[in-house]
Amino acid sequence: METEFTPWASLAGGLMIGAAAVLLMASNGRIAGISGLTSRVFARGTDGEARGVSALFVLGLVLAMPLWALVAGGFPQQWVPSNLAQMAVAGGLVGFGAVLGNGCTSGHGVCGISRGSGRSIVATATFMAAAFVTVYLLRHGIGG
Amino acid sequence: MKQLFALLSGILFGLGLILSGMSDPAKVLNFLDVFGRWDPSLALVMGGAIAVTAPGLALLRRGRVRPWFDTTFRIPTRRDIDARLLSGATLFGVGWGLGGFCPGPALTALPMAAAGTLVFLPFMLGGMWLARHVPDDLTRSAKGAA
Repeated sequence: METEFTPWASLAGGLMIGAAAVLLMASNGRIAGISGLTSRVFARGTDGEARGVSALFVLGLVLAMPLWALVAGGFPQQWVPSNLAQMAVAGGLVGFGAVLGNGCTSGHGVCGISRGSGRSIVATATFMAAAFVTVYLLRHGIGG
Repeated sequence: MKQLFALLSGILFGLGLILSGMSDPAKVLNFLDVFGRWDPSLALVMGGAIAVTAPGLALLRRGRVRPWFDTTFRIPTRRDIDARLLSGATLFGVGWGLGGFCPGPALTALPMAAAGTLVFLPFMLGGMWLARHVPDDLTRSAKGAA
């Protein structure tokens, strides 16, 4: 599946993601780490207020798509791998790994690096390397 | 108010993910495919996000002692690089490379209801639940015992 290089849209989207992270910290004092917020929605030890705030942030993520479709007149371009067994394994690893490692692309990759956190810099370098190797093996190694 | 702003932040974050191309696994996988159909767009997503977040968080913490609608800024304080961080990040990276989704984009892509997304999400939530219930002392006691 070919994709076009979209520097301006990607940069603008990145700026919006950054603005959202700053807005959540300014209003709620919370890091916009999506794996942390999502897992807090259903984790046992979460207090009611944190659960509510986290659930609303996650709801906002989901609502963005219908809002986009309303304004743009349709869904954006998308291609999702169709091998469902692969997607099941991928989902399990992403969820388990993100919570075990205390963060994902947003919490470590954006917020953590922005704070200059050593843990986040190491985590981001690690998951990027693992992802590059995985895609290399899938496309040019075993399968390619 | 804090609830309203949490919702608005989520919406803004999600719109950013869509505009940037992150909610399309094809773009993510091509970004990760440096030696193939490389699409460098997503480097600009991360760069753009950090370019706003880094000064934004710094200014907030310099200018205010507390958030608008809450009592404290909750900033992680840990500095140790431990086995959980490294193994978690590695597993996460493998999953990201397999599916092309990280947690935010998968949630944002949900309403488009692609079969792969509908399978990915419940497994992601299950994995998160499982990791939340891995006892903290599992890795620590192993270290202590050595």
